[in-house]
Amino acid sequence: MGRVALEHVSKRFDDVTAVDDLTLDIADEEFLVLLGPSGCGKSTALRMIAGLEEPSEGTITIGDRVVNDVEAKDRDIAMVFQSYALYPHMTVRRNIEFPLRSRRIAAEERKHLVDDAAASLGLEDLLDRKPGQLSGGQRQRVALARAIVRRPQAFLMDEPLSNLDAKLRVQTRAELVELQRRLAATVVYVTHDQVEAMTMGHRIAILERGVLQQVGAPQEVYARPANLFVARFIGSPPMNTVTGRVVADGEGLAAELPGGRVPLAAPLAAAVAAANLDAVVVGMRPEDLRLADPAAPTHGVDATVSVIESLGHERHVVCRLDDGQLVIVRQGAHEPVPGEMAGVRLVVDAVHVFDPTSGARVGG
Amino acid sequence: MKQARRRREHALAYGLLAPALVVFALFVFFPLFKNVYLGFFKNPPFPGLPKKYVGFDQYRDVLTSRDFLESLKTTALFALLTVPVGIALGLGLAVVAHQQLKGIGIYRTIFSSTVATSVAVAAVIFGTLLSPQVGLLPWLGLTTEPPILQNTSWALVAVAVTTVWQTLGLTFILMSAGLQSVPDDLLEAARVDGAGAWSRFWHVTLPLMSPTIFFAVVVGTIFAFQTFGQIDLLTQGGPLKKTNVLTYFIYTTLRNQSDPGKAAVLAVALFFFTMLLALAQIRLLERRVSYER
Repeated sequence: MGRVALEHVSKRFDDVTAVDDLTLDIADEEFLVLLGPSGCGKSTALRMIAGLEEPSEGTITIGDRVVNDVEAKDRDIAMVFQSYALYPHMTVRRNIEFPLRSRRIAAEERKHLVDDAAASLGLEDLLDRKPGQLSGGQRQRVALARAIVRRPQAFLMDEPLSNLDAKLRVQTRAELVELQRRLAATVVYVTHDQVEAMTMGHRIAILERGVLQQVGAPQEVYARPANLFVARFIGSPPMNTVTGRVVADGEGLAAELPGGRVPLAAPLAAAVAAANLDAVVVGMRPEDLRLADPAAPTHGVDATVSVIESLGHERHVVCRLDDGQLVIVRQGAHEPVPGEMAGVRLVVDAVHVFDPTSGARVGG
Repeated sequence: MKQARRRREHALAYGLLAPALVVFALFVFFPLFKNVYLGFFKNPPFPGLPKKYVGFDQYRDVLTSRDFLESLKTTALFALLTVPVGIALGLGLAVVAHQQLKGIGIYRTIFSSTVATSVAVAAVIFGTLLSPQVGLLPWLGLTTEPPILQNTSWALVAVAVTTVWQTLGLTFILMSAGLQSVPDDLLEAARVDGAGAWSRFWHVTLPLMSPTIFFAVVVGTIFAFQTFGQIDLLTQGGPLKKTNVLTYFIYTTLRNQSDPGKAAVLAVALFFFTMLLALAQIRLLERRVSYER
């Protein structure tokens, strides 16, 4: 296995820039997730690593060699496609065997390797079937087996779970993580699903319009999103973001939101003051909000309860601020909703603050 | 109630089928049966005498005659000369034109241009090219003695070349369409799996195009068995009946020998051979064709 590095890589299609100056260093045996909405350039980045697209600028390194001028077939990587891209006219065995045949590996060793790969994915009984006779989950396994049958420098996966049903997706997610650990494989994994990114990746790289927004461990990206885009993209339900004026509040500063004030802690207030901002975007994770009686003598923002979505183990209370903006509060299944669906006060336990113009995070 | 509704539905079904059935009956079934029937009558050696009912005797005589067997052999040889070569050429051009290159559209247009060329035009072009007096090929030294179209070894080949050229546009378009139906991600997967260009073509493109190729083989063979125009314009079945394919044989039997009985027997034979060929090809090839994705 090897490391994969992109240095100042850009890709332009005519006048569209799909990937803009991307620099990423993926360590040996790392599971890196490229995350972003559709059209953000994550698949293009992956295809450039695979050699299916040529970068307009920059260098790509796999293992110890720069591969810009190396053909896809000689890059020593394996790829799992969203469509699985199984060869429909070949049996499962022939499909898994194909990368070995291409590399002229002797028949005896081929059989041995295919049997191993099939066994590790539970495909032993399906080796003589054709892809058309398999279920979606089985096809996905065959695609994986075809990738792991040899030991490439890195595995590239392009939304490999998106064609599976929800239940199978959760199961396969865990199996993929196990597989990655067992093989000690370097994996670059593309997805638009932030849950997949959070649960699977050692690190997440978030892309938007071809530009890298933030790279970091899932917890770090969640706890300290670098900008508004990341803040809103990571987390389910997403972070609530409300714009407010910066006002003096006793000794310190507060953000004036529709329906109440949110005081800013001293270091945050200092950062806001230093940045000389009149207004800020206040980001509040649903779990950092609590509901209180409007009569209670606490700081908070007054709102009305609009909808309560119960998920069994927790509830999402959708509240409306005075100006109509929606804010979601996550609470336990048995916590009371004060005010009988009417007025509530939102108590804010932790806030993230962003610059409303640049979207960048303010403060530590 | 239920029965009444079913009767109404049946009436509707037959009502909708009727126009097609009438057309088929008039233009296909009736001529076919009439043809079979005509084959039972032997024509008199001189016009004006009554024709004579001979039953299957005429079928036996004609179908075992040397002329018929020679003609059948010529037709089969003609199909063998045109169909595989035509498909291979069409596929080759389609692969070349499938590249993402600037100005490739011009080549696509050129390659498909013979679609707009009729058999007559193709025959005239090649007749001129091969003509011993004004032809380009003899002028270049590419000729035989006697001249190609009068040469017993080369006349059929020349007609086959004309036919391949004339049908190349259609084959090219057909193969291009087949090529486009091969999903890009499969070819990309093969690239990542370490397959070179030739291996990708052989192991992925070609198998996935097999339905198209299969279709082209069946239709091409049936066309080859019905070839007439280029024979009539280039060689009239000669020299020494070396290009006397079945359709041309039928035509000369009817027109030059004025023998509708014998011509009918030949036509029935052609019909059965074409049908048998189509059925055999479907059965043989279907097993090797992969349709599913």
